[in-house]
Amino acid sequence: MAEYQNIFTQVQVHAPAYPGVPHEEGQRDRLGKPVFSYWAGKLGDAQIGPIYLGATGVFSLMCGFIAIEIIGLNMWASVNWNPIEFIRQLPWLALEPPPPEYGLSLPPLAEGGWWLLAGFFLTASILLWWVRTYRRAIALGMGTHLAWAFAAAIWLYLVLGFIRPLLMGSWSEAVPFGIFPHLDWTAAFSIRYGNLFYNPFHMLSIAFLYGSTLLFAMHGATILAVSRYGGDREIDQVVDRGTAAERAALFWRWTMGFNATMESIHRWALWFAVLTVITGGIGILLTGTVVDNWYLWGIKHGLVPVYPMEGAPVPDAGLLPAGVN
Amino acid sequence: MSTKSFAHRRLLPVLAGGLAVLAVTGCERPPMDAQQTGFRGVALEQVTNPRIQARLAAANVAPDPLPPAAPVPTPASAVYQNLQILGDLPLTEFTRLMAAITAWVAPAPDDCSYCHNLENMASDEKYTKVVARSMLQLTQHSNEAWKSHVAETGVTCYTCHRGNAVPQYVWTTDPGPAQPSRFVATGQNIASPTVAYASLPFDPLTRFLDDDHPISVVSETALPEGYGQDIKHAEWTYGLMMHISDSLGVNCTYCHNSRSFYAWDQSSTARFTAWYAIRHVRDINRNYIWPLNDILPDSRKGPLGDPKRVACVTCHQGVNKPLLGAPMLKDYPALATVTGAKAEPAPAATDAPPAAMIRTEVEAAPTAAAKVSEQAAPQQPVM
Repeated sequence: MAEYQNIFTQVQVHAPAYPGVPHEEGQRDRLGKPVFSYWAGKLGDAQIGPIYLGATGVFSLMCGFIAIEIIGLNMWASVNWNPIEFIRQLPWLALEPPPPEYGLSLPPLAEGGWWLLAGFFLTASILLWWVRTYRRAIALGMGTHLAWAFAAAIWLYLVLGFIRPLLMGSWSEAVPFGIFPHLDWTAAFSIRYGNLFYNPFHMLSIAFLYGSTLLFAMHGATILAVSRYGGDREIDQVVDRGTAAERAALFWRWTMGFNATMESIHRWALWFAVLTVITGGIGILLTGTVVDNWYLWGIKHGLVPVYPMEGAPVPDAGLLPAGVN
Repeated sequence: MSTKSFAHRRLLPVLAGGLAVLAVTGCERPPMDAQQTGFRGVALEQVTNPRIQARLAAANVAPDPLPPAAPVPTPASAVYQNLQILGDLPLTEFTRLMAAITAWVAPAPDDCSYCHNLENMASDEKYTKVVARSMLQLTQHSNEAWKSHVAETGVTCYTCHRGNAVPQYVWTTDPGPAQPSRFVATGQNIASPTVAYASLPFDPLTRFLDDDHPISVVSETALPEGYGQDIKHAEWTYGLMMHISDSLGVNCTYCHNSRSFYAWDQSSTARFTAWYAIRHVRDINRNYIWPLNDILPDSRKGPLGDPKRVACVTCHQGVNKPLLGAPMLKDYPALATVTGAKAEPAPAATDAPPAAMIRTEVEAAPTAAAKVSEQAAPQQPVM
């Protein structure tokens, strides 16, 4: 018998197109005639659509389009509208925030004004999308966990691009829009503030990040390992003995003495994931505002291990030949 | 419900394979060598690629010294005219040095005539001869006043020139790509070999090896005391560090302990040398190269009309010690100390080259470089 599995499947199940469960406002906002995609079927459900956009979705997409348009055109202008250079240099190109001398004032468009506009529209797009996730969850009679998880990520985004620059009094403190540039910015940020690794909230964020990947792998592997007993129908099985769910739980009780439950493992996963960005955001927010050099802060609080280091002599400008500085 | 089977199963592995090949073509083939340079387990180590090392070793061989000159009591000035700095050398040592310089800088087919009018060897009519005299002074000054950088190994003409009239690895201010009108360039976010293809500011050389902007950006106090250096400044410094690292073929940890880039007591002694090296290069560019800009032909200048200058890569060329530390200077003692009259500072540039894009104000520095940037027409914002 052909088994149905993602990616490795040899067969795909085609059910008749299904518009989804009814909700209290009826089906009116669901757009489009469903189509089936072979490639989507490899990864999940082969049915695409109908989708719901609504006012928040439409405005969110419009704002997002404007933001990406501003960023892209600025990048293109930075290589003098040369289409080949635009493609070739794309990973290096960026829309930079204003230079420091503008502080929090409104700079001319060409000197960071476009960055502010792009930031405004991108933020509007993200917040509208957040409203959409919240309202869709309510419409389906779900809890709003997804919206709050998304809000945690938005918190980190706002700290980096808005809240911290406000507290520092300069837009120049914010992140550039660009592929390599935002990564180089990150490295420069850590170096400027004396090594972010000594920031306890950065430590927490890393622990939750790595913890999230570990939990994700543990949970995913556990469920796949018992799917032959129907383990992918997790919640159905919680109350019964001898089910896939019980085997999965027993596996962990035997190997490490403790096991999560089918319900609690999802709470673990959710909280590890959202705490990654919540603690990360706190760590960024404290950097430059209340701590200026995390390495020195770490020495002050006994975080920095002492190990043998010969130590370079400190150069003396007085030893330079005359006229040199 | 219906089931359907698919025939083009092979497509996915082919796609994945293609992507994997694309992803690794930018990588160096393992294995690498790692040498521990500090306390265990804290990444104080140098990672090198033995295949690249072999290539660098072959490319950085010092030429054999010329046979020693027979000692004679006659000074060169007794025979030759217009010897402003080498007149006191014994005649034979002088001609030996001239032969060496010819081989180092202007080998055949150029030879002596590259600098000299062969009808009148004393004449300064060729600008190359005036430049060569200045470069001799530069070399002597470097070996005498900058032992903090070049140590007793010292430098010779060959350290930079390697048989080329103009050293292969020189730089001029990089104006970046052309810009549409009203677009204000940021001086960064373009793939540039100067900063090892980072998206960091692509011309940190003008800013730090020509001008003397502060390099240090890390706060020296745990808690903020006023608004310190912003992150954009950190990116400029980072760009310079990428240039140094790439030029010397070393990792950050050659000089720094990455847990605290700024702390001197956490750094290796190489950082001490590098600190002086930056100032040495600045001294060369400002006091020996910029003053020559007036007599250089346009073909020896950058797009903004500035002279071709020195950076770390000019001498180092991929290795931590130029020519892998070959002590060439000991065979040419005439280059070791300043001789002749104190160099007259060349007349300052009268017509300023166009503003270097990323140059801002220079604090009181009575050099041609500073003059140029002070005169530079409308100052572009830094970032």
